[in-house]
Amino acid sequence: MKRQMLLAAGVAMAATSLQADVIAPDAVVMSEYGEVMESLTGEPGSAERGRDIMVSRAQGNCLACHAVTALEDEPWHGEVGPSLDGVGARWDEPGLRGLLVNADMMFPDSIMPAFYKVSGFIRPGDRFTTRPAPEDLQPILSAQEIEDVIAYLMTLTDY
Amino acid sequence: MTRKSLLGGVSAAVFAFAAAGVGLADIRTGDSLVINGEIPIVTETEPAAHLEGALSTVYSGWVFRTDETRAMQADDFDNPGMLYVEQGIDAFNTVMGSEGNSCASCHENPESLANVRPSYPQWDAEHGMVQTVEMQVIECQTERMGMEEPYGYDSQQMRNMVALIASVARGQTVDVAIDGPAADAWELGREIYYTAYGQMELSCAHCHEQNYGNLIRADHLSQGQVNGFPTYRLKNANIVSVHNRFRGCIRDTRGEPYGIGSPEFVALELYVASRGNGLTVEGPAVRN
Repeated sequence: MKRQMLLAAGVAMAATSLQADVIAPDAVVMSEYGEVMESLTGEPGSAERGRDIMVSRAQGNCLACHAVTALEDEPWHGEVGPSLDGVGARWDEPGLRGLLVNADMMFPDSIMPAFYKVSGFIRPGDRFTTRPAPEDLQPILSAQEIEDVIAYLMTLTDY
Repeated sequence: MTRKSLLGGVSAAVFAFAAAGVGLADIRTGDSLVINGEIPIVTETEPAAHLEGALSTVYSGWVFRTDETRAMQADDFDNPGMLYVEQGIDAFNTVMGSEGNSCASCHENPESLANVRPSYPQWDAEHGMVQTVEMQVIECQTERMGMEEPYGYDSQQMRNMVALIASVARGQTVDVAIDGPAADAWELGREIYYTAYGQMELSCAHCHEQNYGNLIRADHLSQGQVNGFPTYRLKNANIVSVHNRFRGCIRDTRGEPYGIGSPEFVALELYVASRGNGLTVEGPAVRN
């Protein structure tokens, strides 16, 4: 009995540490509506880091296509995608996570890149070098970076 | 799925539809360009039949640029691209290769080539392939001038020469043939145009058919017409070839571009040129 309890505790601990692990891009599970219910890392996102990722041309570069009034100090917001004002009021975290991982599941006609995807591309490259992609192609944003961006987007509740 | 996210889905879909599509609100259409007060340029025209309604109006990239950039192209003294045309004229009159010929030996003067740019890329029966202007220059250099090392496809010398050949055709209507023996290359070019490349999965059409006029960061997306090439890009402070621009676009999708001068890019150039049938030759145009 004692031995069994110990074993059960061991299994539970293994499960906990598994949950804390990062979900790989090819292992992400989407709901039928294109949401991703589970955090990709189990770690809460940092809205502050998320803001920087969104602005950075080398990372999210979200402003290339989207306007965000809260970021109006940053120059040049694009018009290709919808404004992100109020996005934290009209979406919940699973919805935003799904849109960032692969928006095609929710909006098949969207041209938004899938930020957490590593396969299924035509002539993928090694970032912006023109060289072919390496074997271990990384997603455009890491799992934690996705969570950070979600945390920032959830602060955009004003229209 | 929560009610909130369901509602969110609906309102976001509405937003997405509102944002989707071309954005001409900030673009002043209807202006006309006359170069040097004597060469009228067609900057807006009816789409070719093969576009089947994909574009309501065909716009030159000139339409999407600022007043300052537009003005630079209206006068050859203000167009930095014309400095490269001058270098092209010098090369045109220079003997090159073992046969003792210059371009002028056969072609007399650049103006005699005014019918070239509007109809290229075009099928070359002798070589059994579609050829670009660059390929035609290389053909002359290797087959008739005896040059062991012809101009590189994207070299400065080649861009100068192609800019010269474009400049003498300014104002002439772009009219590339898409049928007959060129049909296979044209079909390949169309397929490439609508293929989403790279890790960002973007096709030519995503930006230049579905979103022209919209800002992407600081730039208004154009229709990606090639009638202004080689184009003087302010960003590069030099003239840029069509294939170099194609390469840059696929690179920017986090993709692996086809090679400059490759059959794929030749096919794409033919297809994109045909989307601008009805516009006029502008090279060297001035763009961002």
